[in-house]
Amino acid sequence: MGEAKRINTGTHFMMGNQACVEGVIAAGCGFAAGYPITPASEVFNSLCKQLPKAGGTLLQTEDEISAVCAAIGASWTGLKSMTVTSGPGISLMQENIGLAVATETPLVIVDVQRLGPSTGVPAVGMAGDMVQVARGSHGDYQIIAICPESPQEMFDMTVHAFNLAEEYRVPVFVMAEGFIGHMRERVVIPDESEIKLVNRKITQGGETSTRCDFLDPDVAPMPVFGRGFKAHVTSSCHDEHGTRNLSDPDVMHRYIMTPIQKILSKRDRIVEVEADYEGAKLVLVSYGVVSRSSRQAAAMARAAGLKVGTLRLKTAWPFPEKEVRAAAESADFVLVLENNTGQMYPYIKAESAHACKIDFLGPQVLGQIHDPQYILAKIREIMK
Amino acid sequence: MSEITHPLRKYMRPQVKKTTFCPGCGAGIITQSLLRAIDELGLTMDDCVFVSGIGCSAWIPSPLLNADTLHTTHGRPIAFASGVKMGLPDKHVIVVSGDGDLSAIGGNHLIHAARRNIDMTVILVNNGIYGMTGGQTAPTTPYGLTTITSPYGNAEHEFDISALVVAAGASYVARWTTYHPRQMTKSIKKGIEKKGFAMIEAIAQCPVQFGRVSKQGSAVNMLKNYKQNGIRVEKAAKMDAAELQGKIVEGEFVDLDKPELISSIAAALQRRTGGNK
Repeated sequence: MGEAKRINTGTHFMMGNQACVEGVIAAGCGFAAGYPITPASEVFNSLCKQLPKAGGTLLQTEDEISAVCAAIGASWTGLKSMTVTSGPGISLMQENIGLAVATETPLVIVDVQRLGPSTGVPAVGMAGDMVQVARGSHGDYQIIAICPESPQEMFDMTVHAFNLAEEYRVPVFVMAEGFIGHMRERVVIPDESEIKLVNRKITQGGETSTRCDFLDPDVAPMPVFGRGFKAHVTSSCHDEHGTRNLSDPDVMHRYIMTPIQKILSKRDRIVEVEADYEGAKLVLVSYGVVSRSSRQAAAMARAAGLKVGTLRLKTAWPFPEKEVRAAAESADFVLVLENNTGQMYPYIKAESAHACKIDFLGPQVLGQIHDPQYILAKIREIMK
Repeated sequence: MSEITHPLRKYMRPQVKKTTFCPGCGAGIITQSLLRAIDELGLTMDDCVFVSGIGCSAWIPSPLLNADTLHTTHGRPIAFASGVKMGLPDKHVIVVSGDGDLSAIGGNHLIHAARRNIDMTVILVNNGIYGMTGGQTAPTTPYGLTTITSPYGNAEHEFDISALVVAAGASYVARWTTYHPRQMTKSIKKGIEKKGFAMIEAIAQCPVQFGRVSKQGSAVNMLKNYKQNGIRVEKAAKMDAAELQGKIVEGEFVDLDKPELISSIAAALQRRTGGNK
């Protein structure tokens, strides 16, 4: 018997959470840590069976704090690492998400979001963590967050998230919602040769005291553990060598600003949107599962002769401000659709209000996906 | 003129010229015990990865030791170390942190790592107080002691951390005071060599905080107290609670061999798949 194929190439009818698992394996993940939580559990459940066969290891931890810490620790050994959770888990992980940012650790966090606040409704999907993944840890920083809208993208974007994490040495969030995690749809997994993978740059060695291991706006090579690099990794303010420094304002400035610039200076390469609003008077801006309703509503509006377009934010963070501004400047009205009470709305409004009118439309009932007819009624009201 | 260099200096980062420890701190003795253990075992620093949390003793490995060091958030070093060990099962993963870090904010990680019996060595430096933040009551602060956060006397009972970790399932647990650095070295060696979870609880003097509030005073007086009140576990077993009042029970509390986490995972996978992945 030859070795089983690592990647599940083919066309499948698959749950979003399972498609994510296939993406984790296709990306070459070496370590996953997790703690049971609805509606994300299926990801870790399946990984427990599949990842060891693909050469990886796992740890089911005592809580989500431990899960994110273990994933960061494993990432420092050179493994592609991940954890998966939902809103309450993200809340617990926040302090150490900050550590991953500060130590420039490649890390993927799959967040299958649910209805909150607090325990809320575990099995109902809402995009409740859109701001907390970017702003929830203390201090100033930038992460990357991408928003799948289908089981297919649960695969594609999970692979992409690992690539981004490796390339930029940063935590990357896959912002699924419970609806997408539990949705079953066609998923096409390409041949291994067609899946582009990125691996982190690793330091070439030299003395720790002279080597640049951190704070390079173009991403410093990583001095991973276990290879004699004598890496000095600290969550405290540090300089390019990793040496703690709590007295030099210039170092403090670089400690905060360089990891931010590392992401923002590459934002044109990172940010992805789907723009379909040429000639439109009204642009529907959305992300995640709502984008499906948004496209349908736009199609219905166009069929009725209304000039309606769509802008879908595939990347939520770094915030696609340029792309939102361009849409707003081309239209008379921006209608923001989100599966929450308007978490991204202030950011979208800040880039739109100078150019056009803007409004927000949440789900008709929180916890339900926008009905395209409901969106269309709002469009008609605006455009009458 | 030739320069005299400490024989253990070679294990420290050359660019680090000073420690952050207060005069009289027990951390220096523990650093020596740790480095002597590594030296006597014939290990190099590249055989080890050191992980620490937040607090005075978390500064023993970082930035001092010329090795891969991961200085983490408060309470979490064992959680980080678990990921490091999963990624580098052939390295000795050594956690050095304090009683507040590992038994208060990080207590859950301590007991679960012991329960899993993951192969790592934890040096838990217990000074009975929060030193770095200015002398607050810790879970290890003696009952009745007056501190800055217990101005009317500590109303809480102190943790017996070694007993906790034994109960949680560790393979090796020992406790020594800084008056017994040779025994401590020996236990650290056994802990590093133990295939499983090992903890050495190092009782350490903090003259600046604990010494002041306990009226034990200087480091020398605190060490004398360790000498007078330190009692071997074998002898303590024959004493009653009244006799043990104020004593520090020292020695090995457990030393056993049982299946370790990472080798258990590998063995289970091998059994179920027959090596065919």
